[in-house]
Amino acid sequence: MIKVENLTKYYGNRLAVDNISFSVEKGEIVGFLGPNAAGKTTTMRILTGFLAPTRGEAWVAGYNILTHSLEARRRIGYFAESVPLYTDMTVRGYLDFLASLRGLDKNRIKTRIEDVVGLCHLEEYIDVIIGKLSRGFRQRVGVAQAIIHEPEVLILDEPTVGIDPIQVTMTRQLIKELGKDRTVLLSTHILPEVSIICERVIIIHEGKIVAQDSIENLSSMVSGSRRFRLEVQGPSKQVTERLRKVDGVLRVRYDGSHYIVECSVGQDPRAKITESIIKGNWTLLSLESVEMSLEDIFLKLTTVEETEQ
Amino acid sequence: MRNTTIIALKEFKSYLASPTAYIVTGIFLIATGIFFSSSPATYLGTSITGFLQTASLLLLLLSAALTMRLLAEERKLGTIEILLTAPVRDSEVILGKYLGSLGVLITMLVLTLYYPLLLIIFGDPDIGPIVTGYLGLLLLGGSSLAVGIFASSLTSNQIVAAVVSSGILFALWFLGIGASYLPEALGEVLGFLSFSYYFPDFMRGIIDTRGVIYYLSIAALFLFLAIRSLENSRWS
Repeated sequence: MIKVENLTKYYGNRLAVDNISFSVEKGEIVGFLGPNAAGKTTTMRILTGFLAPTRGEAWVAGYNILTHSLEARRRIGYFAESVPLYTDMTVRGYLDFLASLRGLDKNRIKTRIEDVVGLCHLEEYIDVIIGKLSRGFRQRVGVAQAIIHEPEVLILDEPTVGIDPIQVTMTRQLIKELGKDRTVLLSTHILPEVSIICERVIIIHEGKIVAQDSIENLSSMVSGSRRFRLEVQGPSKQVTERLRKVDGVLRVRYDGSHYIVECSVGQDPRAKITESIIKGNWTLLSLESVEMSLEDIFLKLTTVEETEQ
Repeated sequence: MRNTTIIALKEFKSYLASPTAYIVTGIFLIATGIFFSSSPATYLGTSITGFLQTASLLLLLLSAALTMRLLAEERKLGTIEILLTAPVRDSEVILGKYLGSLGVLITMLVLTLYYPLLLIIFGDPDIGPIVTGYLGLLLLGGSSLAVGIFASSLTSNQIVAAVVSSGILFALWFLGIGASYLPEALGEVLGFLSFSYYFPDFMRGIIDTRGVIYYLSIAALFLFLAIRSLENSRWS
């Protein structure tokens, strides 16, 4: 659905995006992660046709963004980072304007406005001038305009920045819902958000892609180990010691309520762990695999260069 | 064409929602009204040249004021990102905005129609020069708006846009006057390129095709430059 090949963008002499390639399949929700000024927005602006790349090519929904720009743009819903809105228009007027620019006919516009206003909870504000809306509601209008023409591809640039926690949860649910039958590329620097919404992550740093994979694969790749969290009823000292003796276990840590067991990659000693606990006459209350948190991965990947120097 | 119409209507509506259009129209009506009512031609009951002379110069300034926000404001607010990522050609954006501002100009001119109406009721004017005078104003205003849009496409600062467009417009207007001090051949050529060269003919009731083509070409040229300037912003 989205394919990017060797994309490079210079602003004057400044390199913003450095020869990146990636693709997003139909129906995927992919997180586009990176610190500020990593090149996320630039990449998204190129995909949406707002900027032209210096080198490289990209396709959205099968259309080349340079040679078939209009076709590609028709199939994209774009939420821009700065939430640009015509502040002198009403919510209805604004949605109507953009829906008609995107080729919807009159009746369709009417029903679609009702739909998106419902989805984004804007019913009470539909005839309010956008300039009078608070940041949170503007954000919702931004999301509403991105989905009004039912685009195949959604490109969302930090859609949850600057809104309250309830709205954040709502927006995330909405994105997840939309992602069921659409392709979504979501940029953010809020890491938990990515673990909640996305199946796959692309991490970009200083214009280069430093990693792209599923969150589970990334964590094992970065840490070189797998972790499990156990809850056991029994004396902590003996339990810890017993666990250490299990084959394949590298490290055991007790944090007061849970045991964190680290194992080398490729080994799954869960059966043995259970066995040894039962042998000790203790009760195993829970056993779950823990992924390395995205913060860990992210920091590890984006600070590599500094630690190397 | 559909997209152009959508954008034109949206622009016209936002003119109605902002004070600029009302202020510009107000100034235009007050100033032309004063000159119309104090012009000797009016008292002779024969022509509206008092109105036309003022209006022609005033239009240069006012079109700069009308068009300055068209693209500069979009750049400032970032809404240009919405417009340029919508499935709309750059030429449709520029043409739509141009037609929106042309709508305001036409409304402004329609509101002055009571000057000739007064003359017709109370005097015995020559209808020909009135019709061609209005045609001249429309052509002159239309090309001024195109210059204004071009200036607005260059910057995100509305004041800069207004200064640049009135600069270009006055340079074009006074080219003719400056030209009379130059050697004959050169002066004549420059005169042909001047905004002010063709307008008197329209006031006199003459439709000079050279004038019509001149104003239309200026409009086309600056609209083309504006489209190019918009395209160029993608590559920056």
